[in-house]
Amino acid sequence: MAETQIKNFTLNFGPQHPAAHGVLRLVLEMDGEVIDRADPHVGLLHRGTEKLIEYKTYVQAVPYFDRLDYVAPQNQEHAFALAVEKLLGITPPLRGQYLRVLYAEIGRVLNHVFTICAFAMDIGAMTPMLWGFEQRERLMEFCERVCGARLHMNYFRPGGVSQDMPDGLAEDIADWAEKFPEFLDDMEALLTENRIFKQRSVDIGAISKEDALNWGFSGPNLRACGVPWDLRKAQPYDVYDRMDFDVPTGKHGDCYDRYLVRLYELRESLKIINQCLRELPPGPVKSDDRKISPPPREEMKSSMEALIHHFKLFTEGYHVPAGETYTVVEAPKGEFGVYLVSDGTNRPYRCKIRPPGFAHLQAMDHLCRGHMLADAVAVLGSLDIVFGEIDR
Amino acid sequence: MTTALLELGEYVQLRLPEAVLAVRVDGGELTIDVARDAIARVLTFLRDDVNTKFAQLMDVCGVDYPEREERFDVVYHLLSLVNNSRIRVRLTTDEVTPVPTVTGIFASANWWERETWDLFGVYFRDHPDLRRILTDYGFDGHPLRKDFPLTGYVEVRYDDELKRVVYEPVKLSQDFRNFDFMSPWEGAALALPGDEKAERRG
Repeated sequence: MAETQIKNFTLNFGPQHPAAHGVLRLVLEMDGEVIDRADPHVGLLHRGTEKLIEYKTYVQAVPYFDRLDYVAPQNQEHAFALAVEKLLGITPPLRGQYLRVLYAEIGRVLNHVFTICAFAMDIGAMTPMLWGFEQRERLMEFCERVCGARLHMNYFRPGGVSQDMPDGLAEDIADWAEKFPEFLDDMEALLTENRIFKQRSVDIGAISKEDALNWGFSGPNLRACGVPWDLRKAQPYDVYDRMDFDVPTGKHGDCYDRYLVRLYELRESLKIINQCLRELPPGPVKSDDRKISPPPREEMKSSMEALIHHFKLFTEGYHVPAGETYTVVEAPKGEFGVYLVSDGTNRPYRCKIRPPGFAHLQAMDHLCRGHMLADAVAVLGSLDIVFGEIDR
Repeated sequence: MTTALLELGEYVQLRLPEAVLAVRVDGGELTIDVARDAIARVLTFLRDDVNTKFAQLMDVCGVDYPEREERFDVVYHLLSLVNNSRIRVRLTTDEVTPVPTVTGIFASANWWERETWDLFGVYFRDHPDLRRILTDYGFDGHPLRKDFPLTGYVEVRYDDELKRVVYEPVKLSQDFRNFDFMSPWEGAALALPGDEKAERRG
């Protein structure tokens, strides 16, 4: 038989494909069914967040962070709140810090449950998705009860949190935390030793430690390569230095290890949630500096001063001393950084957002090369990509 | 913490005296200003030197100061897992002067530099693939420059007759409102008519 020359062809994956996790357009150069080159086109969800923030006061900028990674909104707010606090030179009261850590961990559970389930669905397991969303629903109810919004919380403010927990919420969270491991066991029974799941994820999209560092990996994706690096331990913020938890790491840096790291992180998050609930101290939840955080509503009914403060804070906002900071948090997806440049006015001069997913998606070409087309979906799912934060 | 960072900065300055222009520690964060053309050398040194070991480039971004001669800052944030420290490397450039790329040193710089090119129009020399990344295909202008209007120049909508998406100039039904809350009492640089008389007398 005469040898025929097969020409490479390009394949458009997305932007409207359920496994593209939103609006990724992935241009794949295929050699038969093997990927020769992957070229992700991002920016289809670009909303100009950084530009918009330059035209908003510091308090008005907070909700934009919810809309970045909408799977775990509070962790983004956390970074911005810490950055502004650093420039202002204030520390929130202890109860506020505990509440932030508690909700940041709830955000991590929200994210990891979603990611694991979506990843499982990408490679053929339907059930975890249905079960996981039940858990997410319960967690979003806790978010709703503390601040009124299920998803876009606008809860972490510079100087603390917007309001205290209502009575009974802590008990309900503790209740949930007691039952949650059962769900994790069920999910693990479905996935961890599942033959199909392992065939689709073990040794797929493996990345070495050196390459992961070179590509700017962070969070679970870096830990899956065996680098025990967690900003909550290494550069603790708020009350993470008091929390007792372990940092799970993987060995091979493949899709399966990334899944396992997330799974174990869920259990560690649960430890932190329980510890927060146990130790939650009484007291104020936000700074009592009236030039930064608004007075309580009841005070405004009788005090002229409080009314003026409220009016000034929600029209002009506060002025932040000139300076710059690069503040990071360990968001569920990795290192989420905010590079904030202030020029002393009431609006940020520049607010650069460093989304972890941007660096991870960038490595798609490196991870996918030589794999089959179907593996691209597995790699994408295991990297934990959300386009709200990548496209900004 | 601050002294350790300052020592680190001075060490880098000592080893690369002609490349490092200034070292500063501000709020517990180390910043070094470097000469534009030395950036590749500085980052290679920071990555490979046994005392620095900044193995990860976390972020590259631009900042625009239109009133300056070289209006753009390009800011690199590096992270060292071994020493648990961060460093900010900064250089300046303008609209036409290219900045040497660092994609050969850190693979992650690729997209960050594309983003800086896209949003600010900072040109990176020898970049392997300097395309726009975040903005639309065929977009014109660099949106994060301070002289680019927040509303942009064009808007898109789906035209039912043409059966496709069309681009049109932005039409605002209400004027764009930009409140200036800087109070003249707080020392803002706000020129009020008549102010110059006071200065002339004093």
